[in-house]
Amino acid sequence: MEKKIQVQEETFDLRAEYDHLRSVSLKVGAVVTFTGTVRDLNEDESVQVLHLEHYPGMTERELDKIIDEAAERWDVIAATVIHRVGDLYPGDEIVFVGMSSQHRGDAFASCSFVMDYLKTRATFWKKEKTEEGDRWLTTRESDVTAADAWDKAQ
Amino acid sequence: MTIKIVFFASLREALGVDSVNLQISGSCSVSALIKQLSDQHSAEWLEILTAENIRVAVNHDIINEDVEVADGDEVAFFPPVTGG
Repeated sequence: MEKKIQVQEETFDLRAEYDHLRSVSLKVGAVVTFTGTVRDLNEDESVQVLHLEHYPGMTERELDKIIDEAAERWDVIAATVIHRVGDLYPGDEIVFVGMSSQHRGDAFASCSFVMDYLKTRATFWKKEKTEEGDRWLTTRESDVTAADAWDKAQ
Repeated sequence: MTIKIVFFASLREALGVDSVNLQISGSCSVSALIKQLSDQHSAEWLEILTAENIRVAVNHDIINEDVEVADGDEVAFFPPVTGG
Protein backbone atom coordinates (compact mmCIF):
# COMPACT_ATOMS: atom_id res chain seq x y z
CA MET A 1 0.00 0.00 0.00
CA GLU A 2 1.17 3.48 -0.87
CA LYS A 3 0.74 5.94 2.01
CA LYS A 4 1.00 9.70 1.97
CA ILE A 5 0.50 11.72 5.14
CA GLN A 6 1.06 15.44 5.31
CA VAL A 7 0.32 18.11 7.92
CA GLN A 8 0.94 21.52 6.42
CA GLU A 9 -0.04 25.18 6.38
CA GLU A 10 -0.29 25.37 2.59
CA THR A 11 -3.33 24.32 0.64
CA PHE A 12 -3.29 21.27 -1.59
CA ASP A 13 -3.87 20.59 -5.27
CA LEU A 14 -6.87 18.29 -5.65
CA ARG A 15 -5.98 17.33 -9.20
CA ALA A 16 -2.39 16.43 -8.27
CA GLU A 17 -3.56 14.35 -5.30
CA TYR A 18 -6.15 12.56 -7.41
CA ASP A 19 -3.58 11.85 -10.12
CA HIS A 20 -1.22 10.37 -7.55
CA LEU A 21 -3.95 8.06 -6.18
CA ARG A 22 -5.02 7.00 -9.66
CA SER A 23 -1.59 6.43 -11.18
CA VAL A 24 0.05 4.56 -8.32
CA SER A 25 -0.94 1.21 -9.84
CA LEU A 26 -2.76 -0.12 -12.90
CA LYS A 27 -4.84 -2.22 -10.50
CA VAL A 28 -6.63 0.92 -9.33
CA GLY A 29 -10.26 0.82 -10.43
CA ALA A 30 -11.74 3.33 -7.99
CA VAL A 31 -10.56 6.55 -6.39
CA VAL A 32 -12.67 8.19 -3.69
CA THR A 33 -11.65 11.55 -2.30
CA PHE A 34 -13.10 13.67 0.48
CA THR A 35 -12.37 17.36 1.06
CA GLY A 36 -13.40 19.21 4.20
CA THR A 37 -13.77 22.98 4.01
CA VAL A 38 -14.21 25.85 6.47
CA ARG A 39 -17.83 26.87 6.89
CA ASP A 40 -18.62 30.49 7.62
CA LEU A 41 -21.31 29.56 10.08
CA ASN A 42 -20.88 27.36 13.09
CA GLU A 43 -23.47 27.53 15.86
CA ASP A 44 -24.87 30.76 14.47
CA GLU A 45 -21.83 32.94 14.97
CA SER A 46 -19.86 34.45 12.16
CA VAL A 47 -16.47 32.74 11.95
CA GLN A 48 -13.71 35.04 10.79
CA VAL A 49 -10.71 32.78 11.31
CA LEU A 50 -10.41 29.11 12.12
CA HIS A 51 -7.11 28.32 13.81
CA LEU A 52 -5.87 24.76 13.60
CA GLU A 53 -3.27 23.42 16.03
CA HIS A 54 -1.79 19.91 16.24
CA TYR A 55 0.67 17.72 18.12
CA PRO A 56 3.61 17.23 15.74
CA GLY A 57 4.81 13.66 15.74
CA MET A 58 1.74 12.17 17.37
CA THR A 59 -0.60 13.44 14.66
CA GLU A 60 1.34 11.79 11.84
CA ARG A 61 1.59 8.59 13.84
CA GLU A 62 -2.16 8.48 14.55
CA LEU A 63 -2.96 9.09 10.89
CA ASP A 64 -0.57 6.32 9.91
CA LYS A 65 -2.29 3.93 12.32
CA ILE A 66 -5.75 4.90 11.03
CA ILE A 67 -4.72 4.19 7.43
CA ASP A 68 -3.24 0.83 8.48
CA GLU A 69 -6.51 -0.08 10.19
CA ALA A 70 -8.43 0.84 7.05
CA ALA A 71 -6.10 -1.35 4.98
CA GLU A 72 -6.77 -4.27 7.32
CA ARG A 73 -10.50 -3.97 6.67
CA TRP A 74 -10.61 -3.14 2.99
CA ASP A 75 -8.58 -3.49 -0.18
CA VAL A 76 -6.55 -0.27 -0.20
CA ILE A 77 -3.97 0.35 -2.90
CA ALA A 78 -3.09 3.92 -1.95
CA ALA A 79 -4.11 6.30 0.80
CA THR A 80 -3.51 10.02 1.17
CA VAL A 81 -4.34 12.22 4.14
CA ILE A 82 -3.48 15.92 4.08
CA HIS A 83 -4.51 18.14 6.98
CA ARG A 84 -3.89 21.84 7.15
CA VAL A 85 -2.90 23.77 10.27
CA GLY A 86 -2.56 27.46 11.11
CA ASP A 87 -5.08 30.18 10.30
CA LEU A 88 -7.79 29.23 7.82
CA TYR A 89 -10.68 31.27 6.45
CA PRO A 90 -14.25 30.50 5.36
CA GLY A 91 -14.16 28.58 2.08
CA ASP A 92 -10.62 27.26 2.64
CA GLU A 93 -9.90 23.56 2.33
CA ILE A 94 -8.93 21.98 5.67
CA VAL A 95 -8.57 18.28 5.07
CA PHE A 96 -8.16 15.84 2.20
CA VAL A 97 -8.64 12.09 2.41
CA GLY A 98 -8.21 10.02 -0.73
CA MET A 99 -8.30 6.26 -1.13
CA SER A 100 -7.73 4.16 -4.19
CA SER A 101 -8.78 0.58 -4.52
CA GLN A 102 -9.68 -2.03 -7.08
CA HIS A 103 -13.40 -1.51 -6.54
CA ARG A 104 -15.59 1.37 -5.43
CA GLY A 105 -17.02 -0.33 -2.34
CA ASP A 106 -13.62 -0.52 -0.66
CA ALA A 107 -12.69 3.00 -1.73
CA PHE A 108 -15.93 4.54 -0.43
CA ALA A 109 -15.92 2.64 2.87
CA SER A 110 -12.25 3.13 3.66
CA CYS A 111 -12.43 6.85 2.88
CA SER A 112 -15.40 7.26 5.21
CA PHE A 113 -13.65 5.20 7.90
CA VAL A 114 -10.42 7.21 7.76
CA MET A 115 -12.33 10.48 7.99
CA ASP A 116 -14.48 9.28 10.91
CA TYR A 117 -11.46 8.05 12.83
CA LEU A 118 -9.45 11.16 12.02
CA LYS A 119 -12.21 13.24 13.63
CA THR A 120 -11.98 11.43 16.95
CA ARG A 121 -8.35 10.30 17.11
CA ALA A 122 -5.98 12.56 15.20
CA THR A 123 -4.49 15.23 17.46
CA PHE A 124 -5.84 18.40 15.91
CA TRP A 125 -7.69 21.20 17.71
CA LYS A 126 -9.79 23.98 16.23
CA LYS A 127 -10.22 27.45 17.63
CA GLU A 128 -12.79 29.78 16.14
CA LYS A 129 -12.11 33.46 16.15
CA THR A 130 -15.48 35.21 15.90
CA GLU A 131 -16.85 38.69 16.42
CA GLU A 132 -17.88 37.55 19.91
CA GLY A 133 -14.33 36.42 20.76
CA ASP A 134 -12.19 33.28 20.53
CA ARG A 135 -13.53 29.85 21.30
CA TRP A 136 -12.02 26.35 21.25
CA LEU A 137 -14.35 23.88 19.58
CA THR A 138 -15.62 20.89 21.52
CA THR A 139 -16.15 17.38 20.24
CA ARG A 140 -19.42 16.80 18.41
CA GLU A 141 -21.43 13.88 19.71
CA SER A 142 -22.26 12.88 16.12
CA ASP A 143 -18.53 12.49 15.34
CA VAL A 144 -18.07 10.15 18.28
CA THR A 145 -21.13 8.16 17.24
CA ALA A 146 -19.80 7.83 13.68
CA ALA A 147 -16.43 6.48 14.86
CA ASP A 148 -18.09 4.16 17.39
CA ALA A 149 -20.23 2.66 14.63
CA TRP A 150 -17.06 1.40 12.88
CA ASP A 151 -15.83 -0.10 16.16
CA LYS A 152 -19.08 -2.04 16.50
CA ALA A 153 -18.94 -3.14 12.86
CA GLN A 154 -15.53 -4.73 13.42
CA MET B 1 16.01 12.10 35.16
CA THR B 2 14.02 14.42 32.97
CA ILE B 3 10.47 14.07 31.69
CA LYS B 4 9.21 16.47 29.06
CA ILE B 5 5.59 17.44 29.54
CA VAL B 6 3.62 19.18 26.79
CA PHE B 7 0.19 20.81 26.75
CA PHE B 8 -2.11 21.62 23.86
CA ALA B 9 -5.03 23.83 22.85
CA SER B 10 -7.37 25.04 25.63
CA LEU B 11 -5.26 23.22 28.22
CA ARG B 12 -2.12 25.10 27.21
CA GLU B 13 -4.00 28.39 27.45
CA ALA B 14 -5.48 27.51 30.85
CA LEU B 15 -2.01 26.67 32.24
CA GLY B 16 -0.27 29.50 30.41
CA VAL B 17 2.64 27.30 29.32
CA ASP B 18 3.22 24.91 26.41
CA SER B 19 5.81 22.63 27.97
CA VAL B 20 7.77 21.97 31.14
CA ASN B 21 10.70 19.73 31.97
CA LEU B 22 10.28 17.86 35.21
CA GLN B 23 13.17 16.36 37.15
CA ILE B 24 12.29 13.09 38.83
CA SER B 25 14.25 10.48 40.70
CA GLY B 26 13.91 7.08 39.03
CA SER B 27 10.65 6.25 37.33
CA CYS B 28 7.32 7.62 38.48
CA SER B 29 3.67 7.19 37.59
CA VAL B 30 1.69 9.72 35.58
CA SER B 31 -0.49 10.41 38.61
CA ALA B 32 2.61 11.12 40.74
CA LEU B 33 3.87 13.38 37.99
CA ILE B 34 0.61 15.36 38.04
CA LYS B 35 0.93 15.69 41.82
CA GLN B 36 4.49 16.97 41.50
CA LEU B 37 3.44 19.50 38.87
CA SER B 38 0.62 20.76 41.08
CA ASP B 39 2.95 21.06 44.06
CA GLN B 40 5.37 23.08 41.96
CA HIS B 41 2.73 25.36 40.44
CA SER B 42 -0.73 25.54 42.00
CA ALA B 43 -3.72 23.48 43.03
CA GLU B 44 -5.41 24.74 39.89
CA TRP B 45 -2.99 22.58 37.86
CA LEU B 46 -4.30 19.48 39.60
CA GLU B 47 -7.85 20.45 38.75
CA ILE B 48 -7.03 21.20 35.09
CA LEU B 49 -4.87 18.13 34.48
CA THR B 50 -7.31 15.71 36.07
CA ALA B 51 -10.49 17.12 34.51
CA GLU B 52 -12.76 14.36 33.25
CA ASN B 53 -12.27 14.80 29.50
CA ILE B 54 -8.50 15.35 29.51
CA ARG B 55 -6.50 12.90 27.40
CA VAL B 56 -2.98 11.81 28.31
CA ALA B 57 -0.39 10.42 25.91
CA VAL B 58 3.03 8.98 26.71
CA ASN B 59 5.50 9.03 23.82
CA HIS B 60 2.63 9.70 21.39
CA ASP B 61 0.44 6.83 22.63
CA ILE B 62 -2.83 7.56 24.41
CA ILE B 63 -2.93 5.95 27.84
CA ASN B 64 -6.14 4.86 29.52
CA GLU B 65 -4.66 3.98 32.88
CA ASP B 66 -1.85 5.15 35.12
CA VAL B 67 1.55 4.09 33.76
CA GLU B 68 5.16 4.52 34.81
CA VAL B 69 7.25 7.04 32.93
CA ALA B 70 11.04 7.16 32.76
CA ASP B 71 13.93 9.34 31.68
CA GLY B 72 13.46 10.90 28.26
CA ASP B 73 9.72 10.16 28.04
CA GLU B 74 7.35 12.76 26.68
CA VAL B 75 3.99 13.10 28.38
CA ALA B 76 1.22 15.11 26.73
CA PHE B 77 -2.00 16.47 28.15
CA PHE B 78 -4.76 17.71 25.86
CA PRO B 79 -8.51 18.11 25.45
CA PRO B 80 -10.61 15.92 23.10
CA VAL B 81 -9.53 16.38 19.48
CA THR B 82 -11.54 18.47 17.02
CA GLY B 83 -9.82 18.14 13.65
CA GLY B 84 -11.20 17.34 10.24
